[in-house]
Amino acid sequence: MDILAHFHYWVFAILLMIGFYAVTAKLNLIKKLIGLSLLQAAVFLLYISMGKVSGGTAPIVGAGTEVFSSPLPQVLILTAIVVSISTTALGLGLIVRIREEYGSIEENAIHEQDEQ
Amino acid sequence: MTGLDAHLPALQVIIPLLMAPVVVLLRPKGLAWAAASATSVMAFTIAVHLALAVLGGEPLTYQMGSWPAPYGIELRVDAFSALLLLVITGASSLALLAGRKSLAADIVEDRDHYFFSTWLLAVAGLAGIAVSADAFNIFVFMEISSLASYILIAGGPDRRALTAVFKYLIMGTIGATFYLIGIGLIYMMTGTLNLQDIALRLAPMTAETPILAAAGFITVGLALKAAIFPLHVWLPNAYTYAPHIVTAFLAACATKLSVYVLMRFDFFVFGQDLAGEVQLSLYLLPLAILSILIGSGVAMFERDMKRLLAFSSVAQIGYIVLGASLATVTGLTAATLHMFNHALAKGGLFLSIAAFAVIIAGSGVDRIAGMARRMPVTFAALTICGLSLIGVPGTAGFISKWYLIQAALELGALGMALVAVILISSLMAVVYVWRIVESACFAVPSEKFETNAPISRVLLVVTWVVALANVYFGLMPALPLELSQSAAEVLLGGIG
Repeated sequence: MDILAHFHYWVFAILLMIGFYAVTAKLNLIKKLIGLSLLQAAVFLLYISMGKVSGGTAPIVGAGTEVFSSPLPQVLILTAIVVSISTTALGLGLIVRIREEYGSIEENAIHEQDEQ
Repeated sequence: MTGLDAHLPALQVIIPLLMAPVVVLLRPKGLAWAAASATSVMAFTIAVHLALAVLGGEPLTYQMGSWPAPYGIELRVDAFSALLLLVITGASSLALLAGRKSLAADIVEDRDHYFFSTWLLAVAGLAGIAVSADAFNIFVFMEISSLASYILIAGGPDRRALTAVFKYLIMGTIGATFYLIGIGLIYMMTGTLNLQDIALRLAPMTAETPILAAAGFITVGLALKAAIFPLHVWLPNAYTYAPHIVTAFLAACATKLSVYVLMRFDFFVFGQDLAGEVQLSLYLLPLAILSILIGSGVAMFERDMKRLLAFSSVAQIGYIVLGASLATVTGLTAATLHMFNHALAKGGLFLSIAAFAVIIAGSGVDRIAGMARRMPVTFAALTICGLSLIGVPGTAGFISKWYLIQAALELGALGMALVAVILISSLMAVVYVWRIVESACFAVPSEKFETNAPISRVLLVVTWVVALANVYFGLMPALPLELSQSAAEVLLGGIG
């Protein structure tokens, strides 16, 4: 029962781990960046789930709505999404530059060139 | 306070933030640099004003948009943040003033207006971390400063700067994400983001699992950004391949801001008895010792001066964390004071390396062979900063180490072991600083210097200003000491 009640949080934890695995274990820089985005997306889910109030509607005050979800985590995460996009964009830009300089985006191939 | 004075905490961040897009428009050569330097000096003036205002002990608060805390976003400047603001804006101003020629040699031509705009964003982000009293705001400013510093470092002329930055980006983002998870868990339990409000509401529930998990996530995330061993791997390459002036700026303040936030959380927010056990920061003690010994140890064998100093930075961050982990007034005073003094010593060292770089290619220790005779004035400044890094009496580095040893001695038997660690590491510092000095004084240059480029006078003057500041604050440490002591009281006040 607990697992179902905390369904969102389980998804958060699993997504977080998948992302973390990709960041640390993958050698391809793009795949690393995908992992990083997953890691961040997992945190978005954590914030969005915590703002949910059971039985609550969207946080728009109008006639007939008394219970609604907390809007603050959603606002916070909107900012975090912007941060995440900027990070990903900068990361992709760096990858383009790395590819121009090294001719590869595989970490071990780049490492070999630096060793020489 | 009246008029504009009341708005200084906000202006500290807003001025560099607003000037950043303006600087992008300044295409004519040298104009972007001039505008960025002027903005930075202005920010420094504000920081001095703020520091003098909080010397009395009363923190300044500022409600953004006049929304009262905890609903609105609060800015709060106390002695601790004022000290950090001095370091950030001071380092930025000196590095910018000194670095015009050095940067022109390092960064791609015609891109300098973008570069200086990014620099101002980094200043705004770092200053924002220091003034903010809101956990989520700190995250946003942390990311602004990180994204900006990735770009600054990637401006380095060596292509290895790119891979170094990519690594830094990955690790820095993981650190920030962990911090964000921690904040999320705290928000879940307390429903607030204002640091003081969190501290109040946390008091009855410090043993709850989510809070413990939050403390873990925040500590690891920030330790990653602060480059505490074993999470320091991004730092050496990033510092080595960045443009020299950028290294001088970032080495002086970037990692310290993460330690600042870490100390804020561990003391002010989580307080003494998380889970009814020991003070949280005590867990950092072993890591601090390892940082000190391994950082200094590796630095002894590095062949590149910038890498050597980067590993030394890992050790110096270790000293700061060591002082903090003792959780006493003396320990925290030593920690905050060392933030200031290390910024002086390391900033000065990187500036003198930037001065040498005009003539020598690369930053290998063997490269500066014979430079003591060729550039004696710069070399003397480097030696003074090196002595300060070691902690020789009469320099700033001595004062903070003295306090650190006193704090350790208060602990009794364990303290003796810590004193031994500090002394061993200082001896190692003698070794690695000596290696640079020896090479410059006695080694025979392997090749003739082809270039006869004149050294930038401004760079020389600024390097000497920093070197003399090392001596001045070693003899008359009143200002940083007073700020550190009152910072220590603020931090421990959260525990009481």
